[in-house]
Amino acid sequence: MGLLSRKATCNTHGQDSSYFLGWQEYEKNPYNEVNNPNGIIQMGLAENQLCLDLLEPWLMKNPDALGLKRDGISIFKELALFQDYNGFPAFKRALADFMGEIRGNKVSFDPNHVVLTAGATSANETLMFCLADQGDAFLLPTPYYPGFDRDLRWRTGVEIVPIHCTSSNGFKVTLPAIEQAYRQAQKRKLRVKGVLITNPSNPLGTTMARDELDLLINFIEDRQIHLISDEIYSGTVFTSPSFVSVMEVLKDRNLDQTQVWERVHIVYSLSKDLGLPGFRVGAIYSNDPVVVSAATKMSSFGLVSSQTQYLLSAMLLDKKFTKEYMSENHKRLQKQQKDLVSGLEKAGIRCLDSNAGLFCWVDMRHLLKSNTFEAEMELWQKIIYHVKINISPGSSCHCIEPGWFRVCFANMSESTLKLAIQRLKSFVSSIGMKSQSHQELKSLRRKARNNWVFRLSLQSFYDREQDTTTKVSFSYRPHFMSLSNIAATLDAAA
Amino acid sequence: MLSSKASSNCHGQDSLYFLGWQVYEKNPFHEVENPTGIIQMGLAENQLSFDLVESWLRKNPDVMGLKNKDGESVFRDLALFQDYHGMPAFKNELVEYMAKIRGNKVKFDPNNLVLAAGATSANETLIFCLADPGDAILLPTPSYAGFDRDLKWRTGVEIVPIHCSSSNGFRISMFALEEAYERAQKLNLKVKGVLITNPSNPLGTTMTKDELQSLITFAIDKDIHLISDEVFSGTVFDSPCFISIMEAAMDSNLKRNTDVLSRIHIVYSLSKDLGLPGFRVGMIYSNNQTVVSAATKMSSFGLVSSQTQYLLSYMLANKKFTSNYMKRNQKRLKKRKEMLVSGLKKSGINCLKSNAGLFCWVDMRHLLCSNTFEAETDLWKKILCEVGLNISPGSSFHCSQPGWFRVCFANMNQSTLQVALRRITNFVERSSFNYQQNMGSLSRKLISNWVRKLSSADREEQER
Repeated sequence: MGLLSRKATCNTHGQDSSYFLGWQEYEKNPYNEVNNPNGIIQMGLAENQLCLDLLEPWLMKNPDALGLKRDGISIFKELALFQDYNGFPAFKRALADFMGEIRGNKVSFDPNHVVLTAGATSANETLMFCLADQGDAFLLPTPYYPGFDRDLRWRTGVEIVPIHCTSSNGFKVTLPAIEQAYRQAQKRKLRVKGVLITNPSNPLGTTMARDELDLLINFIEDRQIHLISDEIYSGTVFTSPSFVSVMEVLKDRNLDQTQVWERVHIVYSLSKDLGLPGFRVGAIYSNDPVVVSAATKMSSFGLVSSQTQYLLSAMLLDKKFTKEYMSENHKRLQKQQKDLVSGLEKAGIRCLDSNAGLFCWVDMRHLLKSNTFEAEMELWQKIIYHVKINISPGSSCHCIEPGWFRVCFANMSESTLKLAIQRLKSFVSSIGMKSQSHQELKSLRRKARNNWVFRLSLQSFYDREQDTTTKVSFSYRPHFMSLSNIAATLDAAA
Repeated sequence: MLSSKASSNCHGQDSLYFLGWQVYEKNPFHEVENPTGIIQMGLAENQLSFDLVESWLRKNPDVMGLKNKDGESVFRDLALFQDYHGMPAFKNELVEYMAKIRGNKVKFDPNNLVLAAGATSANETLIFCLADPGDAILLPTPSYAGFDRDLKWRTGVEIVPIHCSSSNGFRISMFALEEAYERAQKLNLKVKGVLITNPSNPLGTTMTKDELQSLITFAIDKDIHLISDEVFSGTVFDSPCFISIMEAAMDSNLKRNTDVLSRIHIVYSLSKDLGLPGFRVGMIYSNNQTVVSAATKMSSFGLVSSQTQYLLSYMLANKKFTSNYMKRNQKRLKKRKEMLVSGLKKSGINCLKSNAGLFCWVDMRHLLCSNTFEAETDLWKKILCEVGLNISPGSSFHCSQPGWFRVCFANMNQSTLQVALRRITNFVERSSFNYQQNMGSLSRKLISNWVRKLSSADREEQER
């Protein structure tokens, strides 16, 4: 039999990671309020299911949009034949306007710079193909969306070099971390073509501050590389601080029309805020005409169905509707997030302070048997099989600190969320971790962690990036060790 | 600064095939508003049977409205459906429809079907699965101009042409196949497979069982893959009837080699027969589980909109509709093709005998002022700019012989085709009149003989 390609037979699609394995377990035994109340609750899926009931009445009031009619007359033929990779003009206009509104109209987008793609998955891969060659690298702050391992690397042959962020400063990107990543890439003889950030962040649920964005812009200006800002969660910012797009910062710094302006590219999609992942609507926005031109041609490999472009152009052009939708969407997201955060707090579990996204970044370090990724896996398995909740372990997001989990809240009803919280509470009580010892732990860990984290952002973690089964391990039992003993253990492990 | 892919020309879009489109876009023909504009005959689209689809849609408004048989909205489920395995109901209907097109002589398993955003995506994905950068795929010429982009651009795979010529109606000879393979080896390229388009674009012909089995034997012998792009399988309007590679492979002799099915892959799409290119529905069919698995994951980069999967699963489920559509569509295609062929014949222009596709492979060698590609390009330019027809020159399909053109007939109404034929007639008359004006009477006689000889020789070829 003829050999297949390396791509077909390797694991670079990343789908052997725990992120996807958790889904598989869920699929075997999915929770259903009526039919399977003891099943696994899916909290590993970053989908927005809270506002689909707002879309349905709009559809009923606007039957022409689904019926592919314009002023009551069928335009089916026109749409059936429309395969122009420049996209449906009305749709691009509507999308550009919508993107501007999400950013409080502090930036405006030119529809001619929008390239439509079949989802952000396609947009991100296409941008890689346009900006980097096989063997080049992009720097990515950790933790990051597990799908990037496939989307950015698999068929492109581009490498990801992580910018390690830690809980010591709320996982914000720092200059030393970026420079460390850049040096790491150079050591690996990889040519760095750019930095890719997700803002708002998946899995953190936080938006980047201006100073972080400034830092990134300065860095890419200095190294003459690209910056991709994946802003697919920009429509899910439900509380302050308000969303600041990298485009806004560039404009405020009068950097529009400069070289760096052409090296910043945005990725967007309607999958997260409008909750329409099935319709496959993504977009690349770039100020570089060569990128727009190449990406447009590449979009042939993943065009958006004209049937869908027509439906959504009508919806997005209804500005009254989109305004009301976004306002209600933010309200519901905020409530659901608050319910999750307060519910977890009652169980002695804290979340990273967040203002966006469809998930929380949850601190379960105190529930680990040891400060290792093996312990994180053990906890994750317990939560899947005994607590019957699928959440995403931080290691699948390449987090360098064990014990963090991404827990989604927007893909279920209020009652399901309550049940999930209840199950977690019972679980926590059953393993006897009370809030007092939690506080003691926290302070011990904070001190030990600084040393530990510094050491761990070395070669050993680079190795772990290549293979999701971690090789880093050392025993850490904070309950029973004094600080000096902990330090000695760290020295021994290093 | 950018990747080599972004800054190169490998997308192939500087070819005449695409340039002709651009000129057309600036001055498109319209029966009423722009009757002197350029008529688009370079676009292989089927616009002849929309009325049949639209009538079905009118009878089934709920499906467009994303409602199920009980009138309940399924919007929510569809909005969230992004499973790269595809909608089961849709895949079930697709495999039945594909089997129907093949006279139910083959059966397809929906689990072996991978959906993609159009055949463009399906072809690229298949290449990513079967070949590494620097490997090669053998492709018979003339072949679809888009393959230069679809198969090569982002995959880094090379295309090595299998040269076919009019001497045998452009059929793939074993000699040409072996010669291409050797050429690839001389270039130090590892051949991973052969890709055929059957029915052929741009020839409009279907392959015989013998030809297909020779290809399969070749693939087994060289331990390579065979991709059969069957996007035009639903456009076969005349005998011989369509034989799929799958049918040829099911032959008892070849089946003894158990590997054979795992090296054969089909690409299909609803863009050509159903005339729905805007909806982006393509697919890969393979019996090779590793390919199916990898291609399924890769389809994440080009999934079919769930809204579209829903609509079309219902349409294809209506067997009465599909039977009626197939029959009437094929009739209309045949009639339109015959109109083009006879119209061209009146101007002394012959076409390769064809039984499928949305175009004819037209022999204009006698209109060239020299047997060169420069002359072909000159003729193409004249026809585009002076005659006002955008047809596709053979060179853009990598044809090894100058003077052949692909002329599409299914993307326009009857009166537009009549206008196009009139324009060609006038052009040919003008050309021969001008020619006669410039030549002496002796030369005139010589030329007439030459033209007569050529036309009769071609006629003999086509009757073979």
